[in-house]
Amino acid sequence: MELTSLIAVAIPYAAIAIFLIGFSYRIVRWSLSPVPFRIPTVCGQQKSLPWIKAGYLESPWTRMGVVARMALEILLFRSLFRNTRAELRQGPKLSYLESKFLWLGALAFHWSFLVILLRHLRFFLEPVPAFVGAIEAADGFFQVSLPVLYLTDVVILVALGYLLARRIWNAQARYISLPSDYLALALLIGLAGTGVIMRYFTRVDVIAAKQFALGLATFSPVAPENLGVMFYAHLFTLSALIAYLPFSKLVHMGGVFLSPTRNLANDNRARRHVNPWNYPVKVHTYQEWEDEFREKIAAAGLPLERQ
Amino acid sequence: MRDRGWIYSGLGLFLILVTYPFWQNLRAGVTSKGPDLRRPAEAKQCVMPVSYMRTSHMDLLASWRENAVRDGVRTFQSADGQTYNVSLSGTCITQCHASKEEFCDRCHNYASVSNYCWDCHVDPRQAHGSAR
Amino acid sequence: MSNPKPEQLVQIDYRPPSRDWMNPAVEFRRGTFCYSAAAKNLEYLNLPNPREWQPFDKDWKLPPDWKRIVLEGMRDRLRKFRSFRLFMDICVRCGACADKCHFYIGSGDPKNMPVLRAELLRSVYRRYFTLAGRLFGKLAGARDLTEDVVKEWFYYFYQCTECRRCSVFCPYGIDTAEITMIGRELLNLIGCNINWVLEPAANCFRTGNHLGVQPHGFKDSIDFAVDELEEITGVRVEAPINRKGAEILFIVPSADYFGTPHYYSLLGYLMLFHEIGLDYTFSAFASEGGNFGLFNSHEMIKRLNAKIYAEAKRLGVKWIVGAECGHMWRVLHQYMDTMNGPADFLEVPVSPVTGTRFDHARSTKMVHLCEFTADLIKHGKLKLDPSRNNHWNVTFHDSCNPSRAMGLLEEPRYILRNVCNHFHEMPENTIREQTFCCGSGSGLGTDENFEMRMRGGLPRANAVRYVRDKYGVNLLACICAIDKATLPPLLEYWTPGVEVAGVHELVGNALVMRGEAERKTDLRGQPLELQEAVHA
Repeated sequence: MELTSLIAVAIPYAAIAIFLIGFSYRIVRWSLSPVPFRIPTVCGQQKSLPWIKAGYLESPWTRMGVVARMALEILLFRSLFRNTRAELRQGPKLSYLESKFLWLGALAFHWSFLVILLRHLRFFLEPVPAFVGAIEAADGFFQVSLPVLYLTDVVILVALGYLLARRIWNAQARYISLPSDYLALALLIGLAGTGVIMRYFTRVDVIAAKQFALGLATFSPVAPENLGVMFYAHLFTLSALIAYLPFSKLVHMGGVFLSPTRNLANDNRARRHVNPWNYPVKVHTYQEWEDEFREKIAAAGLPLERQ
Repeated sequence: MRDRGWIYSGLGLFLILVTYPFWQNLRAGVTSKGPDLRRPAEAKQCVMPVSYMRTSHMDLLASWRENAVRDGVRTFQSADGQTYNVSLSGTCITQCHASKEEFCDRCHNYASVSNYCWDCHVDPRQAHGSAR
Repeated sequence: MSNPKPEQLVQIDYRPPSRDWMNPAVEFRRGTFCYSAAAKNLEYLNLPNPREWQPFDKDWKLPPDWKRIVLEGMRDRLRKFRSFRLFMDICVRCGACADKCHFYIGSGDPKNMPVLRAELLRSVYRRYFTLAGRLFGKLAGARDLTEDVVKEWFYYFYQCTECRRCSVFCPYGIDTAEITMIGRELLNLIGCNINWVLEPAANCFRTGNHLGVQPHGFKDSIDFAVDELEEITGVRVEAPINRKGAEILFIVPSADYFGTPHYYSLLGYLMLFHEIGLDYTFSAFASEGGNFGLFNSHEMIKRLNAKIYAEAKRLGVKWIVGAECGHMWRVLHQYMDTMNGPADFLEVPVSPVTGTRFDHARSTKMVHLCEFTADLIKHGKLKLDPSRNNHWNVTFHDSCNPSRAMGLLEEPRYILRNVCNHFHEMPENTIREQTFCCGSGSGLGTDENFEMRMRGGLPRANAVRYVRDKYGVNLLACICAIDKATLPPLLEYWTPGVEVAGVHELVGNALVMRGEAERKTDLRGQPLELQEAVHA
């Protein structure tokens, strides 16, 4: 009982607190560093002459354009979609081959994860909002197996498996991978895996699970009995993941919004960007220059400011 | 910096969304009491242990369906040797649980689990007044 | 020392070594790095730790408290640049950037993958600035800052041309140019610079241009061009210098009046301005638009750039036109107004010939010559005979900065389609926003770095080879001074038979001038008819 209340109550609350505070701290800390220069990475034609068609999304010059560019980036991983694979053949001949699997795997994972998170709202809200039911119905559209198989459960495991396999078997990816990269994948795979096992194989009393979740959400937690070890594993992995998130590369979920190469308009020459710490520097003035080269300037017949 | 307003608004929105279950439940006075079931009045023993039924009743019902429809086996013998007639409407609802709404639906709605049992089967109470 | 042959150089092994990347040891092999900056240049620019040293020396003579200086410098920059702090934090090491870097493609050295180039700095950031790194060390991808790490930084941060191609492919837009720029700033704090950057910077600070051309030399060069132009075209043009009250200040990279093939573009500019009767002036002080400060530090950018607005103000012009140059335009487009603006003493640029208001440059008040010329052509203000470029079969190389910092993609193409008859694009993964660097940008275009330049330039040269073999392309047009200086040796090495030219050289060839004599040669002095016969 001691252990279950630790895992079921103390650790989840601690993890949620760490997540909320830690994540906010990271965002605030980024926000405190200014963006001194407007440095968008431009990926399309600039807005210049009226008869040249400018790239509204790839070289945005309006706020709406920037929002649209960011939306494409965040919702559809636009930049990753560009991915190619360079190949050097005899000749030498360099080719750049289509390479969309990383994009597909990443997109599949992230969207599945989002859908799964939203689906889980059924455990945390009473009554369950209609949109949650709609998402579940769509996710379980094929009505295969009992309980109904969710497509996202399959997709997320396949996608995570691909992302892990890529790190292990692709020589370059393996070389750049840090232990923390595997840790993040392990936590995600653990989380999805325990969830899948619990739902489809070992089974769990979902009513008790929801009662427990609502207890947590209403600050009157009761450590449940009879939920089984898989439930605790699932809960613990989740706690570990969200507590780890603010300290890890997973903060990219917030950081992607702040990337100055993407979230700024390419209107540098039309609107001046102000650098809050712009400071005076030592420059070489015209007068110093004229004084140094006075005779030569005069000999060349160029005008002088001071004779 | 002019963009801090945007960043903090975005962060605030995110925090509101991720903590939605907390404040929504507190606001609506939700508790973890769980669904209010109408429990069987007389029967003291289900066809399988309660803990099994809570997590896996759908497996039992599915096997009943398979056996009845495919093999014509319309009886089920429980662990204590009692024999039951295989029928969702006739046995489960009529003999013990009395009401689909007050038994099945209470939990299914609570956990937002849709089922398709009743796409074919008839809730005996509703069938009562109909021509069938 | 002899340079390796192309057949040897192209034997590239992409298999990563068994050695962990956290091991910082590098070998300074001749041909793959740039020499250190001479003490006199550091002294002239008041930069720290001037001394005699070379990268292959064992002792780099760092200041005694170098480690504190570097870490303080990092802290300071984490506070000042959101880009830096963010890019230190959010990389997920997906590796999408890996084979987008021309240095990685050309060398196979995994530390030339943009992700690892940044990790060289990130690992130190984690060690000293993050909780996880402090607690878990290597397990969290953190490592100590040692002298070997400094040497490794020097090697790899001067093996990045800040071309920003990787940033196009990164799902978070992580820009290795930002990392490299900050990395070089940190190295600068302890006096680890390269001469190919600091000598031009010191020259530029003193004389106004990278090449150290003094005012009389500048005048001579321009006068020489005027004379030569008269021989070619029969028209005597005017090229005013330091003339007060002109409408437009014209800024060029110094190579335009001192190097070939840049010089032919200068001839093109002079012809064009004469023909439309432009009221303009050169400045013998602001005689450099390029800015090698970009390859040293943000402060140096500002110091070298200041003279442009200062001269515009002194000469009392209304607005500014800038010639063909790559990194010059990164500075002009993305930094100048912020650093040295606002240019409220200038007017919104309006073409005196067509009346077009260049609204997109209404704050900076500086227009790219290609924008200006494209507008002239669109309005039918130029009489052009593209057949005078028939001896050229042209392709266009987008320079990194005009494409990925500005989006100046269509203007030069529009000009080229109007001034020559034979134009073919290189494969789409190698042009526009995905263009490949010449391999010698950001101050790396020096002879001692020859091998690494050839490696870095391989993807560009290989794409040129494709159009050379498929369409018979024999001229690569571009709008960057570093391209014009470094692409000829690159193409000679990998893709012989293709010359390099500025877009405005071809404009000059095609431009029919009032009162001109029959054109017998192109701007290079090559007979027109003969070449046409050869080509046919």
